Amino acid sequence: MAAIEVRDLVMTYGDLRAVDEVSLDVGEGEFVGVVGPNGAGKTTLLEMIEGLRKPDSGSARVLGEPVWPRNPRLLPRIGVQLQASSFFERLTAREQIRTFAALYGVPAGHADEWLSRVGLDEKADARVEDLSGGQAQRLSIACALVHDPEVLFLDEPTAALDPQARRNLWDLLSGLNESGRTVVLTTHYMDEAEALCDRVAIMDAGRILQFDTPTALVRGLDAPVRIVVAPGQLGRDEVARLPHVLDAEESEDGTVLTTREPGAVIGHLAEHDLLDGVQLRTGTLEDVFLAVTGRDYRA
Amino acid sequence: MSASTSERLGARTTAFVALSRAILNGFLRDRSSVFFSVIFPLMFLVLFGGVFSNQGQSRVDMIQVGDVALLETMDAETREDFEATFEVTESDDLDAALEEVRAGDADVAIVMDDGVLVAHYTLTDQTKAATTAGALRAFVDGANVGALAEESGADPPFAVRFSSVEDESLEVIQFVTPGLLGWAVAMSAAFGAAATLQGWRQSKLLRRLQLAPVSTRTVVAARIVVTVGIALVQMAIFVGLGVVAFGLELSGAWWMAVPLLVVGTLCFMSLGLLAGAVTKTQEGAVNAANFLVLPMAFLSGSFFPLDGAPGWLQAISLAMPLRHLNDGMIDVMVRGEGPASALLPMGILALFAVVVTLISARLFRWDST
Ligand SMILES: Nc1ncnc2c1ncn2[C@@H]1O[C@H](COP(=O)(O)OP(=O)(O)OP(=O)(O)O)[C@@H](O)[C@H]1O
Ligand SMILES: [Mg+2]
Repeated sequence: MAAIEVRDLVMTYGDLRAVDEVSLDVGEGEFVGVVGPNGAGKTTLLEMIEGLRKPDSGSARVLGEPVWPRNPRLLPRIGVQLQASSFFERLTAREQIRTFAALYGVPAGHADEWLSRVGLDEKADARVEDLSGGQAQRLSIACALVHDPEVLFLDEPTAALDPQARRNLWDLLSGLNESGRTVVLTTHYMDEAEALCDRVAIMDAGRILQFDTPTALVRGLDAPVRIVVAPGQLGRDEVARLPHVLDAEESEDGTVLTTREPGAVIGHLAEHDLLDGVQLRTGTLEDVFLAVTGRDYRA
Repeated sequence: MSASTSERLGARTTAFVALSRAILNGFLRDRSSVFFSVIFPLMFLVLFGGVFSNQGQSRVDMIQVGDVALLETMDAETREDFEATFEVTESDDLDAALEEVRAGDADVAIVMDDGVLVAHYTLTDQTKAATTAGALRAFVDGANVGALAEESGADPPFAVRFSSVEDESLEVIQFVTPGLLGWAVAMSAAFGAAATLQGWRQSKLLRRLQLAPVSTRTVVAARIVVTVGIALVQMAIFVGLGVVAFGLELSGAWWMAVPLLVVGTLCFMSLGLLAGAVTKTQEGAVNAANFLVLPMAFLSGSFFPLDGAPGWLQAISLAMPLRHLNDGMIDVMVRGEGPASALLPMGILALFAVVVTLISARLFRWDST
């Protein structure tokens, strides 16, 4: 059974089609990432799937249950971290997570464990207003996970985290996913999507343009491979003699050869004993993103 | 009760307790809301109860220039009555005395001119002028009657004796305690509801709670219970301080103030909800609540009695829930009316609460955008 079934979801704000006929299936135990530029409609899509917003049309089911109208049978089985942290005013981190735990009937001790798991032991007695952005985000994630939900929705969970905290969260989420939880997250980091997700949906202007495994997405890109040979090893005439090279240019790293037949080129380099320090640069999700949205991701 | 029902009940109780505690902590740690709902009204109580009640009705300042037969011939009893109205200082200088009256330092100067008692006073304070003239005339008439009676040896045909009874209007502390308490409760209930609704909406907590398996009813119940609890604590503090420090005397059915306050709290929470529903920011919500409650407090007689107010003002005030809360509180707490006298105000407040809640519910939005 699919953990999430989305059919033709549409959400409009005035003239703007924030989500435009999106359909999507996520299998149980799958880890899915949604990437896309600001304003692509990721949050709106997620909030409709969570049952937080009523779609203009279309439908969403999670764990076989309809999400709209508010479905009390479903709520204890899903965990949600909203893009904006949402806390009770003036409570400490510990009081915060214990309150959320109590809403789900989870004992306080279990809640405290979750504080440790996101590395907030030291901040347990700090008020939420006094937490740093990343700490607040970790607390918000812990509050989403405290009742051990079967399906997890995380909206940019690593946006405010430092590299170490980001890695820790990756481990945490991978662990949860390996124990059978379904995870859907949005992110702006391609490396994150590539490292964590079974499948990645690339979203722009309210539509899902591609939805596949990172490998398949990159392969589908059919981008040429770049081979970098250490500087000073290849003369100009040698380059000219190499087969299948579409383009060659000198850079600080060395000679960059562009090819669609990396195997043949590498074989040739090996014959001439030029493999020392050779680097292979294949396409990345970022290239895929660039190709399908027609714009530079970080622009 | 089946196992699953009791389980569900247990879960609901856990959620309810956790939410109530979260709301209460949020309130207690917010210095400004504690100040405005408890300390600030208490300052008024101390001010009204402690300072103003000691002054009493001020007497008329009288300067007696030279000998005045009227005062000399008074018997002890009459003299006592006289001094209850007039505070007499003696002087020999008529011009200086007149100057004092003109400057407002004294209210009246009396002097004998050829067997006629002349009273010099200004009309600046018309009430006082009328009191002065009337009282003086009464004492002069009394003296005349006494003198005539003595001459003829007959008792005067009419005699009058004054004996004071507890008058309908109340001592200052008796009046201000219920009034200020009503205002304090109205304020904290309205602010609490408005600020919670807006704050939670802005922080998206409202959204987040929508995704937790907790019913709107439980959330609302927690907020109500905390606010009612705060109102009862406010009552305990007000009444305690009034009784201990300012001689407040509670009358028989004062305990009816408790259910009255509970209904009043609900009514003002609904107004707070309305304020929270029609505004977009937390500051806006608090300002709107203030805008509703503060003028209402003035018009409803929280700070001073409406007895002397013109009829149209009285009519307007009857449209205000706080007026009915105040009336009910005064009736049961200090006027000695029976417990049933609180029922009508409670009914009116409840009606207000229902109507305003329905309006707020229609205007309610989950998001600030
Ligand atoms: N409440 C709203 N009213 C009007 N327009 C909205 C509203 N919420 C979102 N939008 C618009 O809908 C579009 C999609 O917004 P959404 O928040 O889903 O984007 P996103 O992909 O999550 O972006 P980001 O990466 O910045 O989080 C945006 O153009 C946004 O301006
Ligand atoms: Mg977003």
